Amino acid sequence: MKEKVIKKLNLIFAERLLLEIDDRISYGYDGSFGQYIPEAVVQVLSTEEVKETVILADEYEVPIYPRGAATSLSGGPLPVHGGIVLDFSQWTQKLEIYPDDLLIKVSPGVKTEDIHKLAESHNLMYAPDPSSSKICTIGGNLAENAGGPRGVKYGVTKDYVIGLEVVTAKGKVIRTGGNTVKNVTGYDLTKLLIGSEGTLGIITEATLRLIPKPQDTLTAMAIFDDLYTAGQSISKILTSGVRPSKMEILDQNSINKVEDYAKLNLPRNAAAIILIEVDGDEDVLPKELNVIKEALESIGVNDIRIAESKEDEENLWRVRKLVSPAIVTSGYTKISEDATVPLSKIPDMFKKINELKNKYELDIVVFGHAGDGNLHPSINTNMRDQSEVSRVEDAIEEIFDYAIELGGTLSGEHGIGTMKRAFFEREVGQDGLELQKAIKKAMDPKNILNPGKIFPQDGEKRLVLRND
Amino acid sequence: MTNELMKKLDYEATFDCVQCGYCLPACPTYIAFEKEKHSPRGRINLVKMAAEGKITIGDMQEGIDLCLGCRACETVCPTNVRYGDILMSAVEVLKENKKQSVIEKTNRTLAFKIALKNKNVLRLINKGLYMYQISGVKRLTKNYNLLKPVQKFNELNKAMPDVILSRRINRNINPFRRNNVSVGFFQGCIMDSFFARINDLAIKIMQKNYVQVTNIPNQTCCGALQHHAGESKDTIELAKKNIEAFEKYDFDYIVNTIGGCGATLKEYHKLFKSGTDWHNRALAFTNKVRDISQILSFLNLEFINPINKNAVYQPSCHLENVQKVFNEPDKLIEKIPGLTYLPMPQRSLCCGSGGIYNIVHYNESMKILDMKMKNVRATEPNLIITSNPGCHIQMQLGVEREGLSDVIEVKHLVEVIAESCGVEV
Repeated sequence: MKEKVIKKLNLIFAERLLLEIDDRISYGYDGSFGQYIPEAVVQVLSTEEVKETVILADEYEVPIYPRGAATSLSGGPLPVHGGIVLDFSQWTQKLEIYPDDLLIKVSPGVKTEDIHKLAESHNLMYAPDPSSSKICTIGGNLAENAGGPRGVKYGVTKDYVIGLEVVTAKGKVIRTGGNTVKNVTGYDLTKLLIGSEGTLGIITEATLRLIPKPQDTLTAMAIFDDLYTAGQSISKILTSGVRPSKMEILDQNSINKVEDYAKLNLPRNAAAIILIEVDGDEDVLPKELNVIKEALESIGVNDIRIAESKEDEENLWRVRKLVSPAIVTSGYTKISEDATVPLSKIPDMFKKINELKNKYELDIVVFGHAGDGNLHPSINTNMRDQSEVSRVEDAIEEIFDYAIELGGTLSGEHGIGTMKRAFFEREVGQDGLELQKAIKKAMDPKNILNPGKIFPQDGEKRLVLRND
Repeated sequence: MTNELMKKLDYEATFDCVQCGYCLPACPTYIAFEKEKHSPRGRINLVKMAAEGKITIGDMQEGIDLCLGCRACETVCPTNVRYGDILMSAVEVLKENKKQSVIEKTNRTLAFKIALKNKNVLRLINKGLYMYQISGVKRLTKNYNLLKPVQKFNELNKAMPDVILSRRINRNINPFRRNNVSVGFFQGCIMDSFFARINDLAIKIMQKNYVQVTNIPNQTCCGALQHHAGESKDTIELAKKNIEAFEKYDFDYIVNTIGGCGATLKEYHKLFKSGTDWHNRALAFTNKVRDISQILSFLNLEFINPINKNAVYQPSCHLENVQKVFNEPDKLIEKIPGLTYLPMPQRSLCCGSGGIYNIVHYNESMKILDMKMKNVRATEPNLIITSNPGCHIQMQLGVEREGLSDVIEVKHLVEVIAESCGVEV
């Protein structure tokens, strides 16, 4: 990168411009795979700073990579072509609630959990709840259109954003949407930008929509003897007339690993369990769970345990929370996938993953958001064993292909990033790919905004989990 | 592709980290310094990159040096990364790598090799402190800021505890052994020099409740500070001495009042190779190690005196994150009559003491202490309860720096319980 660019960045950022190798390498990874080294890191704290950086990047054609807390599981923030990383994690200053408008306005570095807390203190709720809420930034959520367990009832990030402030690739500051839920003025750029993974513009402020906070929750655990019935039960529950707020499934392998780990008295022989939460008025909740219970009984599922106290309920959700620590084995790296299928196809996907587990001799456990078909098969991998890594790559490729074949998608909530770009065309087709590329070109003609993401690189055909 | 460095650094353990970032909000240095290299995730990656030769050993120096070693990241880690092991391996490699300056070496030798191991030297320090206090020098320097030119030592001086000369109370006798619990008391070196009274009180409370307490000879320093400074050979030597000293007796528990030392004792087995005789002996030892709060919480303590204070509890990081003692101190504090127990925001965040971190990295330590004191101020207590001497001194320092020394007292949990139970030494 040109000396001039560094000099100019230094004028803007002073001690918030990081050039030492230990700093640069520390902004070159995320929760997925690959390590890159940007040429500079800047810790942005205002729209003006973003704007000036983009203008520099445009002038000198330097790639820029926005980064929140780097919890991404798809490589979204990885600086694959070097350049400048824009660290948004310290820009937490703006977090304003307008209770009468049911709105919150935030700067990109605000943690999702802090948005939850502020909304709840006004008896309101910001619904999207990615599992990483304690760490992740709203900027990252917007860029990746993050989901979460509550997605089954409340939808995902894009359903709660009504306005954005964006710095374009030319360094112009624009606003999309506004402060009202209804707004049909022009193209819906808000929705286009959310989930665009930082490739079309850089979000510098968002206006988020709030809903009334449900007053209470109640949870049940349904236990299944076979996976097919477990899969079948998902549609059965969702068509029973009650909308659960969360529905999480664990397969036998994960149940046993959690039991080994924490001794919670779980049914080791069950083929799967599904945790079902309903939320709303406390008087209504038992009735709702009863409706679900009857629906399950109609397909022969009788082992349903309803939490009798808040403590019981907490313990049930502990099961789900403990899956991650329980399935890891020291020395192995956990690789999580998030291919998503239509609800009725969940049993097929389970079957397929089981086949792959045997075919490739891998340690795979499956759990995830049953209610929206978003499963998370997790593979414990010895990353130093090249042959095992190759088998994992092959298995994941088969999962992707099968998800598409079933009418599903490569990614429910993690994004395409670098991880899945080789498969992008398989899902959207050649013409679909061309149109998306045309949009990118129109909005970022010099390809400086997060280049190397979403679109397959030349000749790229398969998933690669290592970059060295 | 395994090289020498990969073996020396705990390269293997770095693969457990999935870089999810759950450790970031728990890390005091990440919050204070706002840079990824000062987070556990960043440091683990630096170690990995150094092992792979993508950066030099020196490149990981700053990140590793500025880690407090509080290990709060281990408590929140969803994949059980052995951060402490990775950190220690990096500290040792850095130590080997670095040509130590003569001054640093002399200081280290003095502190680690002579003073901490030698009870008599420590007793001298204790006496010296006592003389210094009764002679009024401390009060003089405290009130008139005589040490102004050297601000940092002046501040530390202000925070030094008022030492009561260890009176060598009889720590061994207990004619009534009704609870059938026998305890070997681990006194610690710094604790027994600077805070001998707290040890004495702890023993008295246990004895009053029919626990047989034995204060055995030949015990020595736990080796924590040496270990954290990368002098693990010394730590192993000390560990062996302590294991030998205690295994001669058939105690039910080995009890201490020091969150930090207790943590080191709890991890003695990690110093030896699994399967070896020493490893097994260390395991037998570590299984018996308990913090005083764990022992006190199963005794039927009789609280006589109300303590009319608004208190917060500042846990020792190592008591929580290594010893996994989270609730016992709370339960004890809640039982104290008259005391209003206030929840302090971010209470499990390190105070910045970190062994000798507050001496070696004074400015950074003060930045972390200031975050802690912000939370203290927001809670408005007039008593801060501690569970480790390092934290105790640091919190006292925080109180002094905020000009609150007339308002807030700092006391060890044992002192508060002793007062309420009417136990005196």
